[in-house]
Amino acid sequence: MALLEMTNIAMRFGAIEALAGVDFSLEPGRITGLMGDNGAGKSTLVKIIAGNFPPSEGNMFLEGKEVHFHKPVDARQAGIEVVYQDLAICNNLTASANVFLGREVMKGFWPVRILDNWMMSGRSKVLFEELKSETRPDDVVRSMSGGQRQAVAIARTHLSKAKIVLMDEPTAAISVRQVAEVLDLLKRLRDQGMAIVLISHRMPDVFAVSDQIVVLRRGRKVADKPILKSSPEEVTGLITGAIKLA
Amino acid sequence: MTTAPSFEADFSSPRPSVWQRLLSKQPFWVMIAVVIIPLIMTLFEPSFRHAFFSGENFVNNTRNFAFIAIMALGQVAVMITGGIDLSVGSTLAVSGIVLGLLMDAGHSFWLAAIAALLAGIVMGAINGFLISYLKLSSFVVTLGMLSIGRSVALAISNNKFFHQFGEDEPLLQAIGGGKTFGIANPVLVMIVLALVMGFVFRYTRYGRHLYAIGGNEHASQLTGVPVDLLKLSVYVLSGLMTAIAAILMVGWLGSVTNGIGIGYELRVIASTVIGGVNLLGGEGGAFAAVVGAALIEIIRNSLLLAGVDPYWQGTFVGIFIILAVLLERLRGRKVG
Repeated sequence: MALLEMTNIAMRFGAIEALAGVDFSLEPGRITGLMGDNGAGKSTLVKIIAGNFPPSEGNMFLEGKEVHFHKPVDARQAGIEVVYQDLAICNNLTASANVFLGREVMKGFWPVRILDNWMMSGRSKVLFEELKSETRPDDVVRSMSGGQRQAVAIARTHLSKAKIVLMDEPTAAISVRQVAEVLDLLKRLRDQGMAIVLISHRMPDVFAVSDQIVVLRRGRKVADKPILKSSPEEVTGLITGAIKLA
Repeated sequence: MTTAPSFEADFSSPRPSVWQRLLSKQPFWVMIAVVIIPLIMTLFEPSFRHAFFSGENFVNNTRNFAFIAIMALGQVAVMITGGIDLSVGSTLAVSGIVLGLLMDAGHSFWLAAIAALLAGIVMGAINGFLISYLKLSSFVVTLGMLSIGRSVALAISNNKFFHQFGEDEPLLQAIGGGKTFGIANPVLVMIVLALVMGFVFRYTRYGRHLYAIGGNEHASQLTGVPVDLLKLSVYVLSGLMTAIAAILMVGWLGSVTNGIGIGYELRVIASTVIGGVNLLGGEGGAFAAVVGAALIEIIRNSLLLAGVDPYWQGTFVGIFIILAVLLERLRGRKVG
């Protein structure tokens, strides 16, 4: 059974049809590459999954049960986390403070409840070790490399025991040699049983780690197949419209 | 693809020691200046020692900056979230006039004080509501409130000078002008409030979230931090702190007019900036507010005792403000 099953999804913004008749499913322990040109509907689909808005039409089933997300918190509580392109990280806080932002560990008794920085730092350290990242929990994020910042963002999703992680262009803003590091992080998350959606314009990255490839064009799904049965040439054709359907 | 080696180690530097971290903090350097300036003055002008370090001058010194420092503690909370509160000078006047008006009419100190605090809270809440929920710029909203507050103070006081405070007058004067354990009461209040705010900023979830908002408001929203409510709260806090300063100040002066606190917003903001609070948000603390206010007072007082024409005070304070921002730039940080 699919972890997430979306059927016949349509999304209209006024007269604009952003998505029409899209079926989409995610399996645990698999990376799904989601590709398409600008305006193809990738981000609309991702925002529906993340609970930013409900679809105009269609149904969503999480672990077999129908779900209706109306705000991002709904999706997060159901185990869906998003790692945003701009990383949504506070540069002025430490790595550990970022990992635990919005779900800080407290100690002491009411009315004097204080931050348990020692505990949060220790748990962040374990998370970073699991991700094989050398990010130090007590360092301020401002001074970190792009790869380390990705590790911080990814450790956040890890902390919440997310079932589904939506990655929006995780390799767009970092240097070439850090890309490999980030892709390794993705593979480690997959090996721990998470379902990952990788939204990317970078064909080599998608082909390096994805198990399944989904291509959107003008709001419709034009391909959904195992990556081994596809090729960068075919996907390029699908994105540009040279190939109608595959 | 094989497992890529980690490249991170290449960029990492050894952990800064406690000493190195202390040296990189602006409040530390300002503290040094606060200690050194009077010492240098003493070297050049031996008579200065008696004047500056006399008990009377010391009490005056600390009390003068206590009012500004208390207001600056609220301002720091606002600035940590990346906002600014320009209305504090007028809030001080409204709170002070409300206090004077009610006590002059024969009401008790406690009733008048509560009303004064409420006046500060309401003005802060109006600022905060417009900024958080209607997404207006804090600069513009509080600039408007600066004008509104001063005009409200004029209107409700009917331009009257309040110097009689009914039967609770001795209590009011004791609270604002008196001493406890040999320390002027406003200074004690400042110390207590600074400790409380320092604790809140450093050790509570509330404080952590304020820094998060200043660092990346959008990210904070996405992680479920109640951004709008917290932004509302810091303007309320600034109004409350200002109202506390107003009560103490009226008690110390023994009178109040609607002209009280004109231009204080600049002294308050100057204190925070000199203390190292970043105008772009995300940085600063309670100690910064206090030490920044102290430095301004030390400069003012030293110049006065050294016989420099008081007209030049603004120039020196201005130079220190610019130096403070320059210091941040030299340390390679973005500044507002």
